[in-house]
Amino acid sequence: MKKILTGNESAAWGARLSKAKVVAAYPITPQTSIIETIASFIANGEMDARYIRVESEHSAMAACIAAENTGVRTFTATSAHGLALMHEVLMWASGARLPIVMSVVNRAMAPPWSVWTDQLDTMAERDVGWMQVYSENNQEVLDSIIMSYRIGERHHILLPSMVIEDAFILSHTAEAVDIPEQKKVDDFIGEFEPAFKLDPDEPAGFGSLIMPEGPYMEFRYKMALAMEDAKREIEKAVEEYNETFGRNYAPFVDEYRTEDADAIMLVLGTIGSTAKDVVDAMRKEGKKVGVARVRYFRPFPTEEIRRIAKSTNMLGVVDRSYSFGPGADLYAETKSVLYSHTDVPVKDYVIGLGGRDVTPEVLRKLFDDMLKIANEGVVDKEIEWVGLHGDERWS
Amino acid sequence: MRKLTIPEEEYMLPGHTACLGCGATIAMRYVLKALGKKTILSIPACCWAVIPGVYPHRALDVPLLYTAFEVTGASISGIREALDVLGKEDVNVVGFAGDGGTADIGLQALSAAMERRHNVFYIMYDNEAYMNTGIQRSGSTPWGAWTTTTPGGKKRMFKHEPKKNVAEIMVAHNIPYVATATIAYPEDLIAKLRRAKEIKGPKFIQIFSPCPTGWRHSPDKTVEISRLAVQTNFFPLYEVINGKYKVSIKPKNPKPVKEFLKLQGRFRHLTEEEVEYIQHEIDENWKALLKKERCSQEE
Ligand SMILES: Cc1ncc(C[n+]2csc(CCOP(=O)(O)OP(=O)(O)O)c2C)c(N)n1
Ligand code: SF4
Ligand SMILES: [Mg+2]
Repeated sequence: MKKILTGNESAAWGARLSKAKVVAAYPITPQTSIIETIASFIANGEMDARYIRVESEHSAMAACIAAENTGVRTFTATSAHGLALMHEVLMWASGARLPIVMSVVNRAMAPPWSVWTDQLDTMAERDVGWMQVYSENNQEVLDSIIMSYRIGERHHILLPSMVIEDAFILSHTAEAVDIPEQKKVDDFIGEFEPAFKLDPDEPAGFGSLIMPEGPYMEFRYKMALAMEDAKREIEKAVEEYNETFGRNYAPFVDEYRTEDADAIMLVLGTIGSTAKDVVDAMRKEGKKVGVARVRYFRPFPTEEIRRIAKSTNMLGVVDRSYSFGPGADLYAETKSVLYSHTDVPVKDYVIGLGGRDVTPEVLRKLFDDMLKIANEGVVDKEIEWVGLHGDERWS
Repeated sequence: MRKLTIPEEEYMLPGHTACLGCGATIAMRYVLKALGKKTILSIPACCWAVIPGVYPHRALDVPLLYTAFEVTGASISGIREALDVLGKEDVNVVGFAGDGGTADIGLQALSAAMERRHNVFYIMYDNEAYMNTGIQRSGSTPWGAWTTTTPGGKKRMFKHEPKKNVAEIMVAHNIPYVATATIAYPEDLIAKLRRAKEIKGPKFIQIFSPCPTGWRHSPDKTVEISRLAVQTNFFPLYEVINGKYKVSIKPKNPKPVKEFLKLQGRFRHLTEEEVEYIQHEIDENWKALLKKERCSQEE
């Protein structure tokens, strides 16, 4: 069944089809319509779940943690400041090995106040032990939620997931979305079978004090292994999902015309679709460019990125966020996994912060710059801020 | 001879790590005796996050979720809703948090949980300071007390603000059950929990729990200090059921607060005038409480 849905409605459908039984959420633009849609699903008897209207995002995550630890599937959603407020308890969720699924609508962090898309909010949470999958369209938002439950709930994984979409570009833009059949989704995810739970018949404690000689380090190591193992589960889930529901997802990196490309653009989120259009146009002119859209940022697709980098003469990384370290996040991590594996030139383009429009025209200029670097083999400037006021070069 | 009404069942196992004479430990023991086996605890950062012991030991025979410091209200909400989804309505859900986790950092989550009317117990064991981190002032620290962040010193920088009245804040939430209790009156404490257990909805109980380490008193004085707190009206015991106050114990001849204060090193620096001021405040608060009882009982 096809419906015309916004990204946020698609997220709500994802939670509904996945049969989350406890939803705890707090409103923030641009996430609000996710939790409003879920409220109306429940109010109309279309979704059978308890809805906890908490007083903050911190409490939303804390309530999900408690409910999930009691043995039921949970869901929440947030953006930017809400996600930042959750920071402490995000680590609690992953450390407690609770496969909660959360929609995150990327939004810029204040000041100044900006509700538009920017990936700093999720990038700032890249180290908290959650899987992160970025979406390109509304269908992918819905499908990724379903897949995330299946992947996270495997007993050798037990990690939470953020399913991420760009503010407004997806969250408030409607397009045709195929709603999978409930029965098929049920079969795909399976019943929620907690690996452990709070139960008076089998009293146990969760999260107690531990000494340096205790297995704290081993717990962390197991999380690290689970994050690696998740890659196999993601591959399996994506393959089965594609087959069952007639989709065509790549597990980690969605590659578009990269086979023989002289220069490849590495992106996250909706910039990927714009870039694909530009690639088509430039290919017609004989310019050999391609796009690699990273879906999973956690676990990080190390092998795929190495392979992609080795297959081309230049890698241009587009970051819709900036971290005040050695460049923006996708760039810094890409460089780090490429080191001592290839000398292919890599350049970081910081673009579209605070929701500034990323147009096909600007992306074409980036591709031209990338081709020049591919040709000359020299990176003029490692980190380029694109489209600043008064900057003639990219406008 | 009167019959002992305290249940014999034990849900506290040997081997807890609390200090000698810890009032909070006694409080937990009674709470579990009153509520029984079908109970799930959520405990935030506080002394009680340490008292059950170091992993993998656990001196409690009920399931226990350790939580972040400020989330107890949200945590018990999540457990409750999940249990109801699973059809386990008969399991008690109990948040067991310190005064800091309740009056200060956790007040927001607590207020929201009470306002949402989940069927839960929230127990504030009140040792009147942040003990786990080494005796710092909390909103629940009484006027005049020494703590490590109100250390007195040359400028007599002890706590200059009155104790925050969390029980009254809870009453303002119009929840069905609010009570105060203390360990020197275990029958009263247990009776209150049992009454609360009959009520579906949010229940808040504040248990005054002396802390020899933080209050600077001898560990063998814990129960005596708890009793004196009631007999001097320093910490009155009462219930508010559906908005109606009922004072549980009305000392015939209240003892001077000095008798309570003098057993504790945290009040040692107080001058005669300051003790008088405390006495005055206690008398006023007591009168106000009796007035509330009278007014709320009137039809
Ligand atoms: C967010 C956060 N801030 C600070 C702390 C440090 N901390 C742990 S326990 C505690 C004090 C607890 O006081 P209270 O709730 O009164 O319980 P008590 O230790 O007195 O039993 C503090 C400040 C923490 N764990 N988390
Ligand atoms: S510091 Fe006080 S409350 Fe904490 S364990 Fe020791 S006596 Fe108990
Ligand atoms: Mg305390």
